[in-house]
Amino acid sequence: MKTLADLRAMKEKAKREMTARDENSKYRIVVAMGTCGIAAGARNVMSAILDEINKRDIADTIVTQTGCLGYCNQEPLVQVFQQNKKVVTYGKVTPEIARRIVAEHIVGEKILTEQVFMQN
Amino acid sequence: MRELSLHILDIAMNSIEAEATRVIIVVEELESENLFRIRLRDNGKGMTKDMQEKVTDPFVTTRKTRSVGMGLSLFKQAALQCNGNFKLTSELGKGTTVLAEFQLDSLNRSPLGDINSTMINLVMGTLDVHFMYIHRTDSGRFCFDSYWIFGRMAEHNISFYKAGELAKEFIEQNLEFVNSKG
Repeated sequence: MKTLADLRAMKEKAKREMTARDENSKYRIVVAMGTCGIAAGARNVMSAILDEINKRDIADTIVTQTGCLGYCNQEPLVQVFQQNKKVVTYGKVTPEIARRIVAEHIVGEKILTEQVFMQN
Repeated sequence: MRELSLHILDIAMNSIEAEATRVIIVVEELESENLFRIRLRDNGKGMTKDMQEKVTDPFVTTRKTRSVGMGLSLFKQAALQCNGNFKLTSELGKGTTVLAEFQLDSLNRSPLGDINSTMINLVMGTLDVHFMYIHRTDSGRFCFDSYWIFGRMAEHNISFYKAGELAKEFIEQNLEFVNSKG
């Protein structure tokens, strides 16, 4: 039987590990979640990414949001960061494309060229 | 915005950008008072009196990527067109509170919509912010604390994303409970 203090310590440890995972992750997926992104459907895009990552049990990827990137007409925007690689920005992402980004870019390590808006 | 939960996501993103470490979101759906109330309180950097007066003007924003800021203006407009109220209070260095009230049965009122996805997106995407979600109706209230996820991870030794899925189920069940009459 675990005590309340044990549980609290375990919870703190899990939280610390999660916030420290930044350096250990291979990929960072960023969904632009400004007013423009949200109005264009960014919430469903992010939900699809989270769901796909859970289904595929991917551990080395972080998903986070950011504000407006300044290309409101291309929303929803999704960026994929990888160390020592150019940032890949996908434009007009639908939940279906978001799932493909996880399957093909993150798992398959192949960029979805036809969906790329910017690479720099 | 088609759903009030999308406004909530939008306004909570302001809190994150204002470097808040704690965001409390309260949704009250009270048929007894014909009132739908949304409150977001953060401990972010707050804003000056001057900024508070201007911030619901669409042509005022702190952002540098574009010069219009629609988020708060749209939220205010949504409340006012439902016979409601909108109030923003803020103190520099202490935080900001946004309050929007709607007449519950107003025909202009958008539905709350998928608040569950709004909360899961916020919680899963911003680990360094502690989120609390409180939902109250005439039949009851429930509270979701984002630390719940770390608790499940530790207790069941499951991944962060799996715990997020459990959180979604937890919120869904509780919403059903508070929305059931009697």
